[in-house]
Amino acid sequence: MNLRGAARIAYLILIYGFLYLPILVLIVYSFNDSKYSLEWQGMTWAWYQNLFDDPDLLQVALNSTLIATLSATVATGIGTLAAVALYRYEFFGKPLLQSLIFVLMMTPDIVMGIALLILFVSLSLPLGFWTLLLAHITFNIPFVVVTVLSRISGFDRHLIEAAKDLGATEFQTVRRIVLPLLMPAVAAGWLLSFTLSMDDVMVSFFVTGPTFEILPLKIYSMVRLGVTPEINALCTIMLGVTLLLILIAQLLLHERS
Amino acid sequence: MRIREPFKLVAVGMIGFWLIAFALLPNLLVVIASVLERGSDEFVAFALTLDSYRRLFDPLYLGVLLDSLWLAGATTVLCLLLGYPFAYLLTRMPARWRPALLLLVIIPFWTSSLVRTYAMVIILQTNGWLNQILLGLGLITEPLELLYTEPAVIAGMLYTLLPFMILPLYAVLEKLDRRLIEAARDLGAGRVTIFRRIILPLTLPGIIAGCMLTFLPGLGMFYVADLLGGARTLLVGNLIRDQFLSARDWPFGAAASTLLTGLMLLLLWAYYLSSRRASRGALP
Amino acid sequence: MNEPVIELRNVSKAYAANTVLRNVNLQVCTGEFLTLLGPSGCGKTTILRLLAGFEKPDSGEIRITGQDMRTLPPEQRHVNTVFQSYALFPHLTVFENVAFGPRLKGFKGAALGERVMDALRMVKLEDFAGRKPGQLSGGQQQRVAIARAVVNQPQVLLLDEPLSALDYKLRKAMQLELKQLQRRLGITFIFVTHDQEEALSMSDRVAVMNAGRIEQFGTPRQIYEAPENLFVARFVGEINNLPGRVVAAAPPRYDIRLHDRVINLRSKYVFGVGDRVNILIRPEDLRIWREDEGSVEERAALFPAAVEEVIYKGSTVDLAIRLDSGELLSTTQFFNEDDQALINLDFREGERVFVDWVHDWETILPHEG
Repeated sequence: MNLRGAARIAYLILIYGFLYLPILVLIVYSFNDSKYSLEWQGMTWAWYQNLFDDPDLLQVALNSTLIATLSATVATGIGTLAAVALYRYEFFGKPLLQSLIFVLMMTPDIVMGIALLILFVSLSLPLGFWTLLLAHITFNIPFVVVTVLSRISGFDRHLIEAAKDLGATEFQTVRRIVLPLLMPAVAAGWLLSFTLSMDDVMVSFFVTGPTFEILPLKIYSMVRLGVTPEINALCTIMLGVTLLLILIAQLLLHERS
Repeated sequence: MRIREPFKLVAVGMIGFWLIAFALLPNLLVVIASVLERGSDEFVAFALTLDSYRRLFDPLYLGVLLDSLWLAGATTVLCLLLGYPFAYLLTRMPARWRPALLLLVIIPFWTSSLVRTYAMVIILQTNGWLNQILLGLGLITEPLELLYTEPAVIAGMLYTLLPFMILPLYAVLEKLDRRLIEAARDLGAGRVTIFRRIILPLTLPGIIAGCMLTFLPGLGMFYVADLLGGARTLLVGNLIRDQFLSARDWPFGAAASTLLTGLMLLLLWAYYLSSRRASRGALP
Repeated sequence: MNEPVIELRNVSKAYAANTVLRNVNLQVCTGEFLTLLGPSGCGKTTILRLLAGFEKPDSGEIRITGQDMRTLPPEQRHVNTVFQSYALFPHLTVFENVAFGPRLKGFKGAALGERVMDALRMVKLEDFAGRKPGQLSGGQQQRVAIARAVVNQPQVLLLDEPLSALDYKLRKAMQLELKQLQRRLGITFIFVTHDQEEALSMSDRVAVMNAGRIEQFGTPRQIYEAPENLFVARFVGEINNLPGRVVAAAPPRYDIRLHDRVINLRSKYVFGVGDRVNILIRPEDLRIWREDEGSVEERAALFPAAVEEVIYKGSTVDLAIRLDSGELLSTTQFFNEDDQALINLDFREGERVFVDWVHDWETILPHEG
């Protein structure tokens, strides 16, 4: 391999290293048998054990999982129907709808957080579980739409005509033919939404209340007080969960049927 | 009027309703709030004023604004300088490896930004990883005070946002037709010219998209400023958060947020124009 | 004949600036095998899609069993389609594909199973019920598509070039099977193809189409033996075209001058003296006499020519013959063991021959460009 080739690979490795080094350090130190120092003093599961012995933390984790599951499911429902509608139909305001979805996806979290906060306050809604759920569904929808739409474009139009020809209504056609064939993309969309929901900090920051704590915000408040091995362990678990979900989603999106 | 296709109505109706209720309406409310007066016990008083916008340019707040713009801007430029060659090199890798290589970029993209920022704290702490290595190697005799400085914030934002720059760049570089470059070479163009007049204009939509995904969050990511910058460094995001949560000056916070939204729309428009030009009239 | 099961009245359709159908009128009888024949872009597939309900006509009426189809969407019509690409549902088994229509009508359990297996037996695929379309060959997929359509007992079956993806032998076999199936079921078939041999061999009637219009509508025999215009004559089979002029008229018989000869022929058209006409003759209707055949007087009544090309086709020999008057004719000669001259058909290029045809086997048409 010539010098230029070597330099290119070196650059790639450098950047990959930069991207992964901090999280690898984090993961390693979550197993470090030392409470304050970062010198390696042996391997331990103690910090993970502490996490599971903390009932408050477990409740918060459960809350997050609940919100993530519900918002992913609702967003996947609305988003998939939206994707199918955008693919199949022409209707009044279609370009506007497409632009709205795109803008929603690009909106910075803080702008969305503020906007939803103002909405909920003007409607006199108490901040808590429901406002959080509505907010999460909102930012998840565009990702589902984009994921499903990209899969839908490879769809054979004749299949829909054949279904109609055999007597299926629009609804029956979507239910029996379009959706089953879209399932991998829909599932991937669900997984991505779940991940986004679990990891969201800024939107949740503004729209949740003291009655319903979620994991990212809990971590945030913990981190502000300082670095501890328990936080390392918690973050490692979250990294692991995200990694798993993303891998499965990628597999679903790239499978050859 | 008989409804001919109930399913179509339901599908379009649902998404239409949701977007209008939870995307369009809230943003309109923000803009409205930004021109109202601050209320005494309510959040806003219904009187129109442009005071909030005027205060944004107050020397006190203007400083924060400019600082924040500088931080986000520096981060964006760094992301672009590091990310563009990276994305380009990725597209030149053998096709077999690309899905795996791309996956290695996608994973940090989807990983919680908070977790990654926290990882940066561990690295940059006084008794953190970086200092330990430098001490161990004997390059320094005393640990460096890296945290709670501007460079730390930039480093943290760069770390978090780099994948957001790489992915759009990769998408657009991958679609680049190599034959155009060959044709330019054939006509005698040098490498700089080829880059400047062919690659750059055609990849501009990707560049703008990457900048949008880097610059705007860079203005808003208050937790990065909190964890890595301490009280001394404020982003627009911190400003907005403080106005809404501590100072309770909602119109002012809304004005700052509207400013961000305006910036976003500007960048979106630039993206739209550039992608129209790049695809020779095809839809973006 | 019976009441028309399908009626198109003054149907027109255009896409953007492109007119695809111009004032088409068509009546299809119950239980007949009708073929829409024509080159690509002539509008035959469009008619099919209009009947299925996937498109709406810009003007005109479409009636199926007397019912106006204007407001009826495809899922409510008693019409089924066999698509060119088969469009089998890839995620369903063969059984489920065929069961799709009946299920929607409420069939379940044993009744459903019986119906589906009957349809599969008709196309000889009963052993493949558990397979998925991806595991079948092209010919098998095609038969599933047919079963899936006929299991619904439609009034009309629409077939959009269903055999075009099959190889020659399979195609011929399927043509026979489809014809037998149609006879057995008694359903009206509307078949679209650009292959005129296919059209002639399978149909009760053929509508020859060109540029959005029906050029001729009749039995295969009528289409082939009595083409009504030059397009039909040329599109269906090969045709020879000789220019003539009417010198005397006594309808239906006319004296027509062809080069230096005057022949008395009949035509259903009315001509006046001096009119120019096209004399159309099928290649197999031309008779070739060799130099040494017959007497000099007999040969004087024939048209002299020279053989330009000899094409051996196995069962026939085709000749390209140039008349002394300049026209290039195409002829097909069959081996005939009863005729000394035709027993071998060993023509040579450059050979001098004499050409004639059986009078009244030709068609006389008004002159066209």
